[in-house]
Amino acid sequence: MRARLALLSSLLLLSALPAAAGQKLTVYTYESFTAEWGPGPQVEKAFEAKCGCDLEFISVADGVALLNRVRLEGKDTKADIVLGLDTNLTAEAAATGLFVPHGVDPAGLVVPGGWTDPVFLPYDYGYFAVVYDTEKLPTPPSSLKELVEGDARHKIVIQDPRSSTPGLGLLLWVKAVYGDEAGNAWAKLKDRVLTVTPGWSEAYGLFTSGEAPMVLSYTTSPAYHMIAESTERYQAAAFAEGHYLQIEVAAATTVGAGNPLTRDFLAFMTGPEFQDVIPETNWMFPAGRTDKPLNPAFDRLVKPAKSLLLPADEVATNRKAWVDEWLSAMSK
Amino acid sequence: MTAASSARSRDWRAIAGAAALAAVAFLVGGAFFGLLHEGAPSDLAAAFDDYMLRVARFTLWQAGLSTLLSILPAIAVARALSRHPSFPGRAWLLRLFAVPLGLPAIVAALGLLAFYGRAGFAADVIDAAGGGTWPGIYGLTGILVAHAFFNLPLATRLFLEALDTVPADHWRLASQLGMRPAATFRLVEWPVLRAALPGTAGLVFMLCVTSFTLVLTLGGGPGATTLEVAIYQALRFDFDPPRAVVLTLLQVALTAAVVVALSRFGMAVTGEAAIAVSRRRYLGVGRAEAFANGLIILLAAVFVLAPMAATVVSGLAADLGRLAGEASVRRAVATSLVLSGLSAFVAVPLSLSLVAARRGIQLRRRAVRPGPYERLLDAGPSLVLVVPPIVIGAGWFLLLRRGIDVFAAAPVMVVAVNAVMAMPFAVRAIRPAYDAASERHERLCAGLGIHGWNRFRLVDWPVLRRPLATGLAFAMALSLGDLGVIALFGSDAVQTLPYLVYQRMGSYRTADAAGLALLLGALCLSLMLAADRLGRTPE
Repeated sequence: MRARLALLSSLLLLSALPAAAGQKLTVYTYESFTAEWGPGPQVEKAFEAKCGCDLEFISVADGVALLNRVRLEGKDTKADIVLGLDTNLTAEAAATGLFVPHGVDPAGLVVPGGWTDPVFLPYDYGYFAVVYDTEKLPTPPSSLKELVEGDARHKIVIQDPRSSTPGLGLLLWVKAVYGDEAGNAWAKLKDRVLTVTPGWSEAYGLFTSGEAPMVLSYTTSPAYHMIAESTERYQAAAFAEGHYLQIEVAAATTVGAGNPLTRDFLAFMTGPEFQDVIPETNWMFPAGRTDKPLNPAFDRLVKPAKSLLLPADEVATNRKAWVDEWLSAMSK
Repeated sequence: MTAASSARSRDWRAIAGAAALAAVAFLVGGAFFGLLHEGAPSDLAAAFDDYMLRVARFTLWQAGLSTLLSILPAIAVARALSRHPSFPGRAWLLRLFAVPLGLPAIVAALGLLAFYGRAGFAADVIDAAGGGTWPGIYGLTGILVAHAFFNLPLATRLFLEALDTVPADHWRLASQLGMRPAATFRLVEWPVLRAALPGTAGLVFMLCVTSFTLVLTLGGGPGATTLEVAIYQALRFDFDPPRAVVLTLLQVALTAAVVVALSRFGMAVTGEAAIAVSRRRYLGVGRAEAFANGLIILLAAVFVLAPMAATVVSGLAADLGRLAGEASVRRAVATSLVLSGLSAFVAVPLSLSLVAARRGIQLRRRAVRPGPYERLLDAGPSLVLVVPPIVIGAGWFLLLRRGIDVFAAAPVMVVAVNAVMAMPFAVRAIRPAYDAASERHERLCAGLGIHGWNRFRLVDWPVLRRPLATGLAFAMALSLGDLGVIALFGSDAVQTLPYLVYQRMGSYRTADAAGLALLLGALCLSLMLAADRLGRTPE
């Protein structure tokens, strides 16, 4: 009897298997998304409960590695969706021909400047900002111009645009504000730069260990310190010219176009269940409607006077020349 | 009979050496093949513009200076330590000297800055003395200090390993003849040091050539850019695999030229063919010399231990209890130990094969100068150190992606790359002892017809036990560190401790990162303890 029951249940299991296996969605993303404290675990739980399917996140180092990974895999990729590119990478990503239109109505999106891209769909955004230590620097610069021309004794740590996303962000910020004069601006700012690190982590580590009173980071950085560490010590400086915007996006691949779950996930991504998770896990602003109000700390963050964003194709075309300009100004 | 058996034993060594060489060539060659398969370099000339020439020049300049500043003091420190075998705390100092090997660059940089930085100890002292604002050590100074911090202890240990091969009879003779320190140095110590010099200096040079995070972080600006940065950039942002290969080959060629030039400084040791009869060393060290040696050791200890102390202090401020209880931390410790253990157990036999094969060829040759194959066995595999792991990782990713599940291949890649990267260290730890033992035992073994496994078990093992254990511990400590190889493979399966350090640092959790760095340092130290125990010759 028991044996027959076991046989029966295993038969049932077997018959259930193919259906479950078909209900699987693979999303490539970056590592901090799937970290224990990142959005990944909560998003996975919420989406799986909704679709009754298996959502698998596969993570690589960061946004750039993500694009390279998909580029290398080409049409053989296992990814239905790639989540975690930013607006500076979309032109190159689109050029691979591996991504298809998302088909989601962008009406509910709350991205500054609006959103019309048919292929890439935003899930969060943030602004680059100079974060400063209030105990060391009572009066931070109030504009990019003041940062460039101010007292060179008050140092800043920045990131290298050749290896880091925020580093590229500052490069574009200066370009957006100074245009053709960017080279001269960098030549002036150079004396104020304590050092240029390969990535955000090294720069922020130097900053919090007191090596410099300023660091290039995000307007949302103080939110982490206020919420998780209950300290007001680190604040972002509001710049009069406006702040450069970083929008993080996802897109469906040609492989994912054949999976019905792909569209479901993209719609879910812009909805409140996903968006509620973002602020305090990814430390960015939600790009869609949320159900829960944001932690009050987010209301106290710098609200940029203006959002700066250079068009993705312009960035892709000129990136090398602009980095060279930066190099020659900074290497003198 | 004798000739036949010695020929057989030579064959065994030659085959093992060729196999080890082939393994290294396979790993690097496979990666290059994978990258070049994507397309030939579009514009070779473009890879060698003014920018690249400047970068290449700076790379060689900082690496050369760093090597000099690590090697010269290391000779003094190693000699001082060798002349005082019972210096208080000597054993612990040597164990601690191996810890920087396993520390991620950024952890060491923060430790150094806690001392020499703008908010560090030096700044406080100068501030208190009214000396104005301390500018920190950013610029070439910072790069040199950091490289000396990593490499001085390493070079010291390798030189000491060489000094330990001086037969006890030599010491006794020097003592009986009443040699002064200068004469002892010239006649007894310098010959073995000189033999170890090209290998050690070459190793340090290669480590400094490929330095990336330290050079950028402490260099103060993009004026301090190494070729490694350019390679990284070519592979990541520009996504130009052929260019990455060209730049890697440039880096390998430049380094090879320096290593060959260094080998001219070397000298074959005219070793001692007789078996040592003295067991303990006879050393008479005068009071003035003892004082000078003590000072040298103390200075080196402060230079290396102070930044490590800073790492310990900031690590202790972390919530260590909570960290130790986290499942991810425990998993990372286990993953780190398993992966680095596997790498070390692959690296050490391969290294021993190379050492044995080189020695076998050296014995057979009649010419004074080593031939090309012997040179290749000697320095060739260490050139793998200047092939960036990210290049090997990307190349193999390209090769494997169609055939197998690349995520499953990630741990295999990590073990293979770390093993090959650790070989140059293990080779240097093993070679002085192996060559010295061979010098003493070769004829005896040939005469008695002892070869193969019996020879290894009865003759080589007792003398090689300690250097093999050192090599194993070095290889393991080193393998605890690197992450570049898995950038594309995805790291879900290989979340090691240094990976966690970076992950926490990258998400504002600085205190956690400091705590994990402390854990990593403690792990390295335990490895050295274990190696000492493993290597102890049973009395």
